Amino acid sequence: MTVVLEVKNLQIAFGGVKAVDGLSFSVDAKEIIAVIGPNGAGKTSAFNCITGFYKPSSGAVLLYGQNITGKRPADIAAAGVSRTFQNLRLFPDLTVLDNVRAGMHLYGGQNWLDAILHTPRFKRSEAAYTEEAHHWLDFVGYSGARGVPIRNLSYGQQKHVEIARALARKSGLLLLDEPAAGLNYTEKRDLLDLCQRIRELGTAIVLIEHDMGLVMELSERIVVMNFGKEIADGTPAEVKANPAVIEAYLGKDDDEEVSARGDA
Amino acid sequence: MSENVDTTLAPRTTRPPASPISRLFESKQLGWIALAIALLIPLLIATPYSLNVMTTAAIFVLLASGLNIVVGYCGLLDLGYIAFMAVGAYTAGIIAKAFDLPLIFTIPAVIIMTVLAGLIIGAPTLRLRSDYLAIVTLGFGEITRITANNLSITGGPSGIFGIPGLLKIGDFDLQEPAVFYYVTVLVVAAFVLAAARLGKSRLGRAWRFVREDEDAAEAMGIHTYKVKLMAYIFGAVWGGFGGILFAAHLSAVSPQSFVFLQSALVLMAVVLGGMGNMRGVVIGALVISLLPELLRDLSTYRYLVFGLLLVVVMVFRPQGFWPARGYEPERMGDVSDRRLAKGTVR
Repeated sequence: MTVVLEVKNLQIAFGGVKAVDGLSFSVDAKEIIAVIGPNGAGKTSAFNCITGFYKPSSGAVLLYGQNITGKRPADIAAAGVSRTFQNLRLFPDLTVLDNVRAGMHLYGGQNWLDAILHTPRFKRSEAAYTEEAHHWLDFVGYSGARGVPIRNLSYGQQKHVEIARALARKSGLLLLDEPAAGLNYTEKRDLLDLCQRIRELGTAIVLIEHDMGLVMELSERIVVMNFGKEIADGTPAEVKANPAVIEAYLGKDDDEEVSARGDA
Repeated sequence: MSENVDTTLAPRTTRPPASPISRLFESKQLGWIALAIALLIPLLIATPYSLNVMTTAAIFVLLASGLNIVVGYCGLLDLGYIAFMAVGAYTAGIIAKAFDLPLIFTIPAVIIMTVLAGLIIGAPTLRLRSDYLAIVTLGFGEITRITANNLSITGGPSGIFGIPGLLKIGDFDLQEPAVFYYVTVLVVAAFVLAAARLGKSRLGRAWRFVREDEDAAEAMGIHTYKVKLMAYIFGAVWGGFGGILFAAHLSAVSPQSFVFLQSALVLMAVVLGGMGNMRGVVIGALVISLLPELLRDLSTYRYLVFGLLLVVVMVFRPQGFWPARGYEPERMGDVSDRRLAKGTVR
């Protein structure tokens, strides 16, 4: 198994607060890994460090063995990481298709002169962009209108488009930040199915998720964070049995509450 | 009205074009119709005054289409855009006069100088976000004008005059008012078409992604800084060509032509017409440049009426006359059918 992503002792501090304090994990090809932890545990900060939006204060992020720590987000994306955001970050005034085309920017295939002169190369490339955009929308099971602005779409539809956009990047690693937030039961089942199909494409997935049912069913390994520290890393069964996790996150009193919220 | 409600994520009331009129407005032939009208008008009114006004308006359309790349497509508020026109006009004027060349041969030099100007102004400032960028560009616009006012090579406050015409072969002189009008219209049409096509390409989409959400664009592998610099450079080159036409039209260039008001007027044309939509911007530019002339009968009150009309338009159409619509065809016809047949639709 090739190691896709390796995070080594990642740390970032905002002022005196250590948002991420010594996070280490690795992701193999086609693996699905969940990062869980209470709110404010530093999960999204860790994602932002991996994708270059924050510069980690120390530690290293290796992608296919190459050091990508502290590089520009665009360079990290080009190296093979794509992501979604916790609160949807689509382009609200642009059409659904254009949003998915954003993920295809690195395909190239035309330059500005082609565009001005409308060369055959340009027309071929535009047709390929459109076809590919439809393909990824079909892949995620998006069934709404595709030529309309994103702001006209429902929340669930927007989530689909955001995943389609990230998939169109065709990277070996996909980071999903709370993909199931705000979805109902059926939509969550669809998401589970979608993640399995993404894995079949050869893409490894790291997801942040609060829905324990989904996490336990989907992920091969779970990384648990609390107050920026990594407190556990193992299979779902191991994590469930880990006393530190139970104390910090799945504690006796919290157990009911967490599963109830997760299934809501 | 809904001004007090946060509408950033609410659906807009814009609908896909339906009525025959909107279909005509959205049709691909509209640009050719507009070009035909522009070319036929001198057959109706060809007084020196009207030709002068129409030529000026056409140059103004070119400037607005260039600024639309920067402000409309890429969302970078530029309050000193006229500086690029100044760079183009001065470069063309100085070189043409020094070597006694027709202006047309200064085009390569103007392209180089405006690209350089775009890089020099853009490279340090494009790391700034909206408001700060606006203020810095405002400063650069004034710096350019004051520099031109104080250098001896630019002729100081009186500027350069007696600039040679665009081109003269035997008896055929492009400087002839009617001929120059046609040349201007054709050049401007080519640039407007090029800008519109850029807007619908991979680069144009990247500009819009940056305008809508810089971080999300960056996460998709779009190097936002490079993309913004490209917008700036294209805007600068468009402005530079405006400068060549301007220098040829007046055969004189002086710092008074590049005051802040000019930048503001070009920006007004873009905002009034509808940011990001080249057709709207062309209309906006025509209104801004022609309306004061059409209101000439009102003598001293004409700028008052002009201002009032602009306020009224902005109240009733805050998005501009003709804003960019976020619609496109649903499916490219056979694409989905072919894929259905292949069974790749899941």
